[in-house]
Amino acid sequence: MDKLRHIEGSIVAIPVNDIDTDQIIPARFLKVTDKEGLGKAAFCDWRYLEDGETPNPEFILNQPEYRGASVLIAGNNFGCGSSREHAPWALLGAGFKAVISTDFADIFRNNSLKNGLLPIIVDEETQRQLFSLAEEDPSASVSVDVETQTLTLPDGRALGFPLDGFAKYCLLNGVDQLGYLLALDDEVLAFESANPPRVATTA
Amino acid sequence: MTQNGKRRTLFEKVWNAHIVREQSDDAPAVLYVDLHLVHEVTSPQAFSMIRERGLKVRRPDQTIGTMDHSTPTTPRNELGIIPVADAMAAKQLDTFTKNCADFGIPMYALGDEHQGIVHVIGPEKGLTQPGMTIVCGDSHTSTHGAFGALAFGIGTSEVGHVLATQTLLQNRPRTMAVNVEGRLGEGVTAKDIILAVIARIGIGGGTGHVFEYRGEAIRSLSMEGRMTVCNMSIEGGARAGMVAPDETTFEYIQGREHAPQGADWEAAVASWRELPTDDGAEFDQEITLRADELIPMITYGTNPGMGMPINAAVPAPEDERDVNKRIALEKALSYMDLRPGQHLLGQAIDVVFIGSCTNSRITDLRQAAQFMQGRKVADSVRMMVVPGSQQVKKQAESEGLHEIFRAAGAEWREAGCSMCIAMNGDQLEPGQYAVSTSNRNFEGRQGKGGRTFLASPLTAAASAVAGSVTDPRAMLASSL
Repeated sequence: MDKLRHIEGSIVAIPVNDIDTDQIIPARFLKVTDKEGLGKAAFCDWRYLEDGETPNPEFILNQPEYRGASVLIAGNNFGCGSSREHAPWALLGAGFKAVISTDFADIFRNNSLKNGLLPIIVDEETQRQLFSLAEEDPSASVSVDVETQTLTLPDGRALGFPLDGFAKYCLLNGVDQLGYLLALDDEVLAFESANPPRVATTA
Repeated sequence: MTQNGKRRTLFEKVWNAHIVREQSDDAPAVLYVDLHLVHEVTSPQAFSMIRERGLKVRRPDQTIGTMDHSTPTTPRNELGIIPVADAMAAKQLDTFTKNCADFGIPMYALGDEHQGIVHVIGPEKGLTQPGMTIVCGDSHTSTHGAFGALAFGIGTSEVGHVLATQTLLQNRPRTMAVNVEGRLGEGVTAKDIILAVIARIGIGGGTGHVFEYRGEAIRSLSMEGRMTVCNMSIEGGARAGMVAPDETTFEYIQGREHAPQGADWEAAVASWRELPTDDGAEFDQEITLRADELIPMITYGTNPGMGMPINAAVPAPEDERDVNKRIALEKALSYMDLRPGQHLLGQAIDVVFIGSCTNSRITDLRQAAQFMQGRKVADSVRMMVVPGSQQVKKQAESEGLHEIFRAAGAEWREAGCSMCIAMNGDQLEPGQYAVSTSNRNFEGRQGKGGRTFLASPLTAAASAVAGSVTDPRAMLASSL
């Protein structure tokens, strides 16, 4: 994972509540064995017309003035549904670096942080302002500082947002959690000797 | 039993027993995983990750694989093989076979007599036991909580963590007691309980929480019914849902392939009896439903929280005060092509799907078959019955259930996730309506443009016969 310290980018809003991972990336794209090329499948069924190829001109991400937006403003409870990590892979592939909402589904939030896609929680008032701002001014941009956990809005107002300390450490240093867990080998061995396996699948 | 005088919940007891390193200001808790279930769709990138780092699977003996999501459920050929027509799916299945073989993980391949949906085979083989921690790269891992296990879905990076270390970094969730008091009426099932719970709390209502389902109605359910309830915890936002183990649990497990034997069995049961929540232990939140007030439930919208009693009218967006919820409801009704105030009873349907990790077990199939006996699927309806595992299929066939379904005009399929996830050839056509016993009615979930009404196997069977959304209780009365 690359280091993530600062994000500066224009915003685009999908003001819909409960956007589930089947909308972020439909299941038919999960037959892959790697993480490549999923960006074009992001929001596929909203983004393309019946044929699955022609861009739907109505959909916000297809409007030229929003092309290049890297911060997505979404309705409440973003990322609910399945555990597919393909959801953050697809969003990153589509050029997003952060998603702003009032709350995120647990598994989606965990998956995003492990891939350097930053879930930013704001209050409903801020979410509403950002929805309007994104609609009125497609060039509006925000900046995010991970270290200080600060989101700076287009009007210059700076807001704090919550971020798990361990996830923050991993983002800032570009390290993943596996290294941390591997270093605990002695503790895991001690646990295993005190707690014999409950089942043996190979038996 | 209390520890140091503190009254503890079932969740706390299981959580505490699996801590390798306590949660601190600097890092989440490190939790030990007793059983890791893997399948073909969410594991390939995790295997690649450990391969790139030159790591091994730490505990292949605590890991088990099965093919379920991208597998076809079409009939076997003359060689007894289920052909995979989709080249990408075939490659994914081959990759999974190689990964499991390379790392020494036992795996049930497509068509194997023990293959099936991951959340059906764990309990079926006696691998799912009370007090365990169980994870899988699948959000419906919550199913296994029916046994008093702490079981939850994880992402692919975390699949890699568990493969390599048998541990996970986890922040401790909060707890919510979901009390279901009283008794269910005739024709009302476990599926109706969980659809009512989710309609009550909303799709994000349980975020950050582990549910514990309690009360007389839960205690009265079979293990299969409890699995149906726990399965859909994630549809209320909770990663895990649990039921305290009791005699029903022990009876289900005893004698299964991986169940403890002899003296080990006695010791295991004795330790499992210590797991239920202590009297007076506190939950962070609590809700209560009356089972005797429930009737069959159905969803009308595009998430499982958009559910209602089957005889109710579709809600009107203008009655919704919250602007975001109003927009979501308008969008849902537009997708579903339903009118505010419309009743779903009598709504014509095209497909009925009985299956999925929610409702594909033997009791689900028995219930549906009993209803279909002597009845016919309406001419306008395609009905698919997809057993959750090859063992469920075998059991059902030994009881003649497949003959009942076939005689009624339904398709009897091979085991798998099938039309719940529509990545295996089983799917709705754009615009079609389905009554489905699965767990998600999201836009396109069962096929692009398809429209899903979630309901119980009984409601699904009754709707298949009538050709439209139907309250099974009316037909049950006429058959008694």
